[in-house]
Amino acid sequence: MRSRVDNPARLSDGGLIDRNKPLQFSFNGVNYTGYEGDTLASALLANDIKLVARSFKYHRPRGVFTAGEEEPCALIEIGEGDARTPTSRAPMIPLVQGLITNSQNCWPSVNFDIGRVLDFTHIFWPAGFYNKTFKWPSWHTWENLIRKSTGLGQALTGPDPDHYEQVNAHCDLLICGGGPAGLLAARTAGRLGVRVMLVEQDQSFGGTLNWEQVQIEGKSGHSWSLNIIDELDSMKNVMLLPHTTVVGNYDHNVTTLLQTGQGTAWRECFWTVRPKKILLATGAIEQGLIFPNNDRPGIMLASAVRHYLNRYAVVPGRNVMVATNNDTAYQTVFDLARKQIAVSTVVDIRTEVSEEIRQGMADLGTALICGVRISDTRGTRGINKVSIESLDGKIMGSHQCDLLAVSGGWSPRLHLLAHARGKLRFEPASQSFLADTLPPGFTVTGSAAGCSKLTDTLTDAIRKTNNICSQLGFTGKHATAPVVDKDALGSTKTVTAPLNSGKHRQWIDLAHDVTLLDAELAVREGFVSVEHFKRFTTTGMSVDQGKTGNLNAIIALAALTGRETADIGTTTFRPPYVPVTLGAIAGGNLGEFYAPRRYLPAHTLHQQLNAHFADYDWQRPECYPRAGETVEDAVHREVLAVRQSVGIFDNSPIGKIEVRGTDAAEFLNRVYINNVLTLKPGRARYGLMLNENGVIIDDGVFVRLSENHFLVHTTSGAVSRIVAMMEEWLQCEWSHLRVLIDDITTQWANFTLAGPRAREVLNALGTDIDLSAKNLPHMAMASGSVAGLKARVARISFSGELSFEVSIPACTAQHFMQTSLNLGQAFGITPYGIETLMVLRTEKGYLHVGVDTDGSSTPDDIGWGHVARKKTTDYIGKRSLFRPANLAGDRKQLVGLEPLDSKQSIPVGGHLLPGTEQQVPVRTEGWVTSACYSPNLKRYIALAVLAGGRQRLDELLTVFDEDRRIAVKVVSPLFYDTENERLKD
Amino acid sequence: MLRIKCPWCGVRDQTDFQFGGESHIARPETPEHASDAEWANYLYFRKNPKGLHYERWVHSYGCRQWFNIARDTLTHEIIEVYKMGEQPSTRSDTGKANKK
Repeated sequence: MRSRVDNPARLSDGGLIDRNKPLQFSFNGVNYTGYEGDTLASALLANDIKLVARSFKYHRPRGVFTAGEEEPCALIEIGEGDARTPTSRAPMIPLVQGLITNSQNCWPSVNFDIGRVLDFTHIFWPAGFYNKTFKWPSWHTWENLIRKSTGLGQALTGPDPDHYEQVNAHCDLLICGGGPAGLLAARTAGRLGVRVMLVEQDQSFGGTLNWEQVQIEGKSGHSWSLNIIDELDSMKNVMLLPHTTVVGNYDHNVTTLLQTGQGTAWRECFWTVRPKKILLATGAIEQGLIFPNNDRPGIMLASAVRHYLNRYAVVPGRNVMVATNNDTAYQTVFDLARKQIAVSTVVDIRTEVSEEIRQGMADLGTALICGVRISDTRGTRGINKVSIESLDGKIMGSHQCDLLAVSGGWSPRLHLLAHARGKLRFEPASQSFLADTLPPGFTVTGSAAGCSKLTDTLTDAIRKTNNICSQLGFTGKHATAPVVDKDALGSTKTVTAPLNSGKHRQWIDLAHDVTLLDAELAVREGFVSVEHFKRFTTTGMSVDQGKTGNLNAIIALAALTGRETADIGTTTFRPPYVPVTLGAIAGGNLGEFYAPRRYLPAHTLHQQLNAHFADYDWQRPECYPRAGETVEDAVHREVLAVRQSVGIFDNSPIGKIEVRGTDAAEFLNRVYINNVLTLKPGRARYGLMLNENGVIIDDGVFVRLSENHFLVHTTSGAVSRIVAMMEEWLQCEWSHLRVLIDDITTQWANFTLAGPRAREVLNALGTDIDLSAKNLPHMAMASGSVAGLKARVARISFSGELSFEVSIPACTAQHFMQTSLNLGQAFGITPYGIETLMVLRTEKGYLHVGVDTDGSSTPDDIGWGHVARKKTTDYIGKRSLFRPANLAGDRKQLVGLEPLDSKQSIPVGGHLLPGTEQQVPVRTEGWVTSACYSPNLKRYIALAVLAGGRQRLDELLTVFDEDRRIAVKVVSPLFYDTENERLKD
Repeated sequence: MLRIKCPWCGVRDQTDFQFGGESHIARPETPEHASDAEWANYLYFRKNPKGLHYERWVHSYGCRQWFNIARDTLTHEIIEVYKMGEQPSTRSDTGKANKK
């Protein structure tokens, strides 16, 4: 490594950096030193690094342009590996020990970038060039190539290794901005007891007080601000959030903040705040100037030069020129002079300046040239020459310089106001947009409200804060404004220069490489509305959202179209104000924490039994493979065990809703298509629920426990929405019915003992319930004890076998299942999973709502039309069943399918074509909804929906699935035990 | 995000609630006697005003109670919250009372 002087552009003293704490960092592989308190931008400038980045489109050399979040040029990649952050704004990155930084958008290096060829050939790439050029044969031919060659930085591909937090908060007053106005407002409100949140995007509070040479109440601005911060820190009702940006404002003033961590376990924290009042003390952003080649490294906002000089003791140049259209840039001349750095020339577009300024420049020996503008600049890797001309285009010579400080006036930061649909108006004197109508709860103060002097800012802040406090009901002794002993120059009058019409490019958007030529093209092509103009040129659409360029773009559009700037208006500002990491929005809702996993109460036992788990909303065993078995083998073995001896199935997630009350029967009679009133206590019925459109939303068995007490079973995934649906009807439509609903799903574990020997197992467990078919027939339920546990036993079957569903308290699930397995061994008991159950129910043609039905299925479609029609009283959805569309003969009806070749499987989702020789494409007549291999029938079977299916039994069809064609026959959906003999005994 | 005042629990975030569509939709007294057009009107046809809108919400992640609000669809201002079965005191510009 070559030797070099450390921090050659750093002054020997001054600034708010800690010179006792040097920090090492690397930029493009070279190590440098900065100090605590530096940002990446100030540390790069201190090390005399001017060329830090390449521009978005033309790969132009670029340097640091600003000292804040508005930075359009110095976009740097921070870190390495998967924790890398591309396109970070260098002025917003606090310097830390070991920081690794690299330029992006350049190859092989930032100093020599092949991509610059795009700059030399720029004439071929005007705005919209790709939409117009790459049309043949189609855009898609070129899209891939173009997408690869555009964009800033490299997106990450691996998972983000950083952690993010999220916080919800409430406050009375949210103050956005911790500069002079925000600090004073926080102190004023804080002293009265208002709950205040003070948010500052910089790592330190103070705002302009950290870098403007002002004096308040006999102190320097900086030490005055430290006193306030100390006082605020001691107030329990004030929360200070430095290094936090207010990024969005939403309905009812819900506001989001992005906090950057430093030395914290989390990288960023995303806040959602619900303030009663919002005070915008957000300050203003200095704008650039439009002139030919206004994008070179070494061209910097005049305020940024002051900021680097006074706060970081960094001199970004020794041979300085200033170009301005307002007074504030002269403050830069005075501040530089105080550090013995002479400004050679000031170029002011205005024809006249105040006598005070004229005299000030004369005293410093600075040449002041009024009524002129810059006609060109030179210097590839840093500016070295500036040419000037009169406003009517007469060349007036050129000047050497290595730093050009520019000021195009100030634009208040009112983005949050616009998020809340506040309106802006154009103020000709300052050539900027100010708040016009304020959204509810909003107040704007300080330079965000157009105050140009610190005195005005402090007076304004006090007055408005007192007003807010009164509105909030805090009426103590109101504060008065502090006295400003020494102020900085205010932005008195701002004038916009007429546009140069030279052939050199003049940037109106540095970040997106949009030039005046693009603007002219847009106007020629008729994109004269500001919203169209923005989208055609893409001005203001890069990561900086045009914070230093939008105003110039609007003024340029006005000039090009011969309109008043006020008539152009602004584009719509939308959240977020600065780029927000997706990780911060996701917070901790990732991976295992995205949604809670639900485990069965007997989960540990299932694990011991080597269950093969899958997520069915709950973690459920699909089957229990033995050594050497595949999932398919295990399912077939379990199916045969249930049909031949007995199986045990954990059915705990099944929805269980208790419905009680004197009107419970009447209510359920309106909910089910079935007749509920005739059901006797202790008996169960299979029922269907519809929505008001007549569509099946759930099925299940409901039990009348006693006259006014029902137990409703739902599909395991449906219980929450069925409870919600019942509540909606009870509260909104039938509020006179006396019914209470209680979801008891997780109170009871539920195990199914199914198979010819199920009764023997249950008797072996020991029960006081008479299990005989006479006392407890199919579709009956009894309460008592089983294996010494309080139990409900129902004869309900989803397998087609003799089946007892035993409900026991959830906490006893593991014990019950283990005991059943132990005592059931003598009867060949086999645990079976949900995949096995799916084969068993498909063999019986039992419906699975949501699988064999969809959002259009009616009772008649699945063969329950007779029940739906027979019931004379009204129920939810009944009227819709008589709409013409629901009476049509070609509706999709549930049928069974058998392959002609029994060895051929039938793919679920395969479409049904008529006949066995049908050519495609042809309109589908239905599709396969469920399919499996039946180990009992020793062939493949399927359920399907088929247009007019019930009239088409024995017809031959083709199942079409991509390149497969399977010849099938339409059959009844009941494949096994067609007379239901096995349920009877 | 709206901030909604549940009449039972107080002000909560919108994410606590679910939207239930336009309120005061009268279900035909005897659906079997409703014509297809009347039934379709009840099922599908809703106002889509710019301005005052009566709608029902449920506090799903709180008390699970349904209630009505009068909301300005343009500004999202919630003008009034009132219980199920009650009538709003706010009236739209047309002055027409709702059906139910």
